[in-house]
Amino acid sequence: MTRPALPALVSGTLFGAGLALGGMTDPARVRGFLDLFGAWDPTLAFVMGGAVLVMAIVWRAVPRMQTPWLAEAFHLPTRADLTPRLIGGAALFGIGWGVAGLCPGPGIAALVIEPGAAAIFVAAMLAGMALVRLFEAKSA
Amino acid sequence: MTLPGYPEAAPLAGLAGGVLIGLAAAVMLLGLGRIAGVSGIAAKAAGLGGSGIARSGAWTFVIGLPLGALVVSMLQGGIEARFASAPVLIVAGLLVGIGTRLGSGCTSGHGVCGVSRLSARSIVATLTFMAAGIATVAAMNALGMEVLR
Repeated sequence: MTRPALPALVSGTLFGAGLALGGMTDPARVRGFLDLFGAWDPTLAFVMGGAVLVMAIVWRAVPRMQTPWLAEAFHLPTRADLTPRLIGGAALFGIGWGVAGLCPGPGIAALVIEPGAAAIFVAAMLAGMALVRLFEAKSA
Repeated sequence: MTLPGYPEAAPLAGLAGGVLIGLAAAVMLLGLGRIAGVSGIAAKAAGLGGSGIARSGAWTFVIGLPLGALVVSMLQGGIEARFASAPVLIVAGLLVGIGTRLGSGCTSGHGVCGVSRLSARSIVATLTFMAAGIATVAAMNALGMEVLR
């Protein structure tokens, strides 16, 4: 089967609902978690913990599966090398995350909560992604 | 329910939201055989490389995010949220966009899917962006920068 649209919609909708329910569409809550040395709000740890717990169980089922339910094959990351690019990129992302309290998922989900602010963030995020792609095309 | 010592925290709502996110990632993995990494899927939808998922699936996943948030918002009679001003959002968005492409993922792909798989790259990336986020908020607070309105 080569129609990912419906399962992807289900996944995205569950994801967005989980973000909103867990309070992650509120930058104040996310920055509250990152404010470890101030008025720390541990809620994000519960969100991440719940998600990691479910997925830790799910991962155990994967080696016993020949193929996914609705696709021909698994396409999973295989790299294990720790590169400056990985660490530098994660650091830049973390700075941006701390500045406004938004990462990609909540930024997109918040389009229905505070459309103007979320749209500005998402547009800037896509511009950042485009910059990387542009630079890579030039250096390739 | 509140957490002793942390009156602001919402541990049960957080846990329930986290379980939903875990189920979302499970649908993507068991159904389509792929990682539910939002930054890679968003890049794919926008035609900027990213995830190997088909473009149609990338788009419906991205559309699902606000759709799911809308359902919760309607059930709860609105969601409280405070956002930064436009210039701050632009700086943050650029950093998040550049960083997630260079770092091959964000809170979902690395933080949820990769950490639960015990991927060394994802664990290192997650510790790095958490530390960077914590340091950034600490530095901004020390400088008296109040960004959320």
